[in-house]
Order: sequence, then C-alpha cells, then structure tokens
Amino acid sequence: MILVDEFRDRDVALRIARVIGAEARPERSYAFMEFCGGHTHAIFRYAIEDLLPANIRMVHGPGCPVCVLPIGRIDAAIALAGQPGVTLCTYGDVLRVPGSHRRSLLKAKAEGADIRVVYSPMDAVKLAQASPDRQVVFLAVGFETTTPPTAVVVLEAERLGLANFSVFCNHVLTPPAIAAILDSPEAQGGALRLDGIIGPAHVSAVTGSRAFARFPRDYGQPVVITGFEPLDVLQAILMLVRQANAGRGEIENQFTRGVTEDGNRHAQGLMARVFESRETFAWRGLGQLPASGIRLRPEFAAWDAERRFSLPEPEAEPPTACRCGAILRGLARPADCRLFGTGCTPDNPIGACMVSSEGACAAEWAYGRARHRGKETA
Amino acid sequence: MCLGLPMIVVELRPGDVALAEYEGVRKEVSVALLAGDVAVGDFVLVHVGFALSKIDPERARETLALLAEIAGLEAR
Repeated sequence: MILVDEFRDRDVALRIARVIGAEARPERSYAFMEFCGGHTHAIFRYAIEDLLPANIRMVHGPGCPVCVLPIGRIDAAIALAGQPGVTLCTYGDVLRVPGSHRRSLLKAKAEGADIRVVYSPMDAVKLAQASPDRQVVFLAVGFETTTPPTAVVVLEAERLGLANFSVFCNHVLTPPAIAAILDSPEAQGGALRLDGIIGPAHVSAVTGSRAFARFPRDYGQPVVITGFEPLDVLQAILMLVRQANAGRGEIENQFTRGVTEDGNRHAQGLMARVFESRETFAWRGLGQLPASGIRLRPEFAAWDAERRFSLPEPEAEPPTACRCGAILRGLARPADCRLFGTGCTPDNPIGACMVSSEGACAAEWAYGRARHRGKETA
Repeated sequence: MCLGLPMIVVELRPGDVALAEYEGVRKEVSVALLAGDVAVGDFVLVHVGFALSKIDPERARETLALLAEIAGLEAR
C-alpha cells in the first residue's frame, strides 16, 4: 500500500538511525516527548528507542484520550448505562477503562447493561433510528481527530429530528494538555527536562500546524508535527536533534503529505458550531485543566446527555499504587510502577495506561517486555 | 480508535458517503468533513469512519525522496 509500506522500510530506517547517531552530540543528552499515544504505540511497536543512541530518550506524553479519561466520567457512563431504556454506544477502547471500585463498562455490560461497541459515531445514529424505543447515548471521547465526527452526528441528529439520540461528550483538546506539561512544576523546576516535542499529525490535519506554534514561541520548545510510521518518527527525531543542536525552537512539519498550516477549516467550523469550551475539565494524571474540554452548545441541549440525564457527582479518586498520573506527565516509565505486569495487565487493568493500545503501559507490555528480558540476559 | 488509516476513494455515493479501500478491504466512510472536495482516486485519512483530510501522494513521494537522501540512498 502506497503511503504506508514505504514508510516502514527497514534499510532506510537503520540508515536514518545511523545519521541520528552521528549528529547527536555525545557531550549532551536529548529528551523528546511524543505527546500522542499513536506515537507511543509506534515507538514501542517498531522498537525505535533501540535504534537511537543512549543519549536520546523518548518521554511518553498524555496523548491517549482513553487513558486521561477520569474515573468520575467512567462512573457517570456506567450509571447512565444502568438507567432503564438506555443503550450506551462507545469506542471499544473505552470499555475496559477502570472506574471507581475497579468497575468498568465491560463489567456493567456483563451484568446486563445495554452497552454496544461502535466503530463510528454514525453507527450510533443508525442504531437510534432502528431502535425508536431505546434512548441511544453515544459516549464520545478523543482529541481533535474524533471531535469533528461527533459534530457531524449531532448535526445529523438535529437534521433528522432524532429524539432518542444524545451525546455524552468527553472530548478534550491537545494544546492545553501540552501547555499543562510545560507549565508543570516538574518542567519549570527542571525535574522534567524536554528538548523537543513530537507533535501529532492527525490532530494537526484538523487543527493545522498553527495550533502548536505557541510552544516554540512561548516556551522555546522545538515542535515537529510527525506521522505515525517508523520512518516518520525517525525523521522527526533527526529534525529535533538538528533544532536542539542549532539552539533553534521552531515548528516544523514532517507530515507534509497530510498537514497544512491551516488544517481542515470546514471541520474546524463544524466543531465551533456544535461545541463550546468548558471552563475546566479533569484529566486523569493531570488534574483540572482550564479550557481543555468541550461540551455541546446550549442550542444542542436536546442531544446533550449531560442535560438530559441526571448523572452522579464524581467521587474523589482513591489513593492507589498505580503510577498512571506520573507516567502521563512524563515523570515515570511503566516499569517504574510496582503494579506493572503484576496486579495490572491488559486483561485486568488497574490504571488506564494499561487499557488502550496507545497507553504507555499497554505498549510496554505488548512490545517492551521481551526487549528488556533480552537486555538482562545479554 | 485513535489509529487513522490512509484509504483510497474508489466510489462516491449519495449523502456525503464514499466507498474507500485499504489493503483490499472496502468500507463506506463519511466524507462530510471534506466539504465536497473529494474525488475517486484521492487518498484520505480515515478516523472512526470519517475522512478527516486528504493525503497528498506527491508530498509523500517528496518525503520519501528526502528520507532516501538523508539515508545516503538514491531516491527510488
């Protein structure tokens, strides 16, 4: 397949890695954060860190929307699914995310709640049309990639006058999360040092690379908007090494095949029409972040599950040995958590980072363990 | 959910829908986000059943040529 296989060429990857090794200065180290869970997954899957010199370290960021969904929102979704007549639809990744008391939507489904996995939000609209006696609620999660599709289905529900469809909106925005990392006491105090950011290609296809221009401008952080194939990631790391070596802090676009400065203006317009900013939204691991989440505008109240159903107030999050919070902020690695691979596995996750395939713990579990074993015995 | 795929449009259908293909698998996707700017043969980036943007194969070739140059290889 053009556009995929060519960007996985092993020979080219090894050669680019050698160029990175030659250009990285031995007298210093480099720490680059990949924000997006898609990159975390690619870095583990293709063992990219093993190709890099020892003084380049990848720090995994909070860009997995399933992982950052707070316990309170999962509890609310479970309560919603338990209401009579409700069919809850969502993406498959969300089902195993633990809420409080290790409850999940998957367990609620096993206990009889009507919970369906959909590939596309449009499937939820079709289900509502086909089941007029059910209240179909779409549990919407994700960054700026899944938000425009949700906007389209809300407008479609309005057009169809669909009275038995609503959206439980948990969409969040990428730039405020990056700002939260860079503003964190750890980043300000030097405990988390970053020399550059791998920016998300698909989010930028919607927002435009412009949405990330403030990070070079306000923080002096180099940003490279990067595709998700291994050659994309390696090229971006080389671009970041070159920026760091030259003392530059600029926004560069590695994914020119799909990202422009402006992004998809039509999609941006639909998002602005349907959604408005929340004053604040809770992120697992990051806490409350101002203007980081969105909700349906009041004129779409008829399709807003938060206005149509009474939802429980979120409980305080209980103390736990799970280190997802530190992992999502780039302060710890999965192997630093004592639950990793013992109490917490993809089959029985305690922390959300173990749930989604884009979570750092799940990626480490799937691809990293054999590597570490190999090193120990080597 | 977050994994997007580049698919090629093989047929346009009524109602902002296109039939798109990836590695021999064909699926209906919504092209409502492309505001009509889509044709058969276009590559589109698909997330959760929606084409988010078009992928420019010319730009992809330029990137591959640059990668080959960095790698010290002749462009293929």
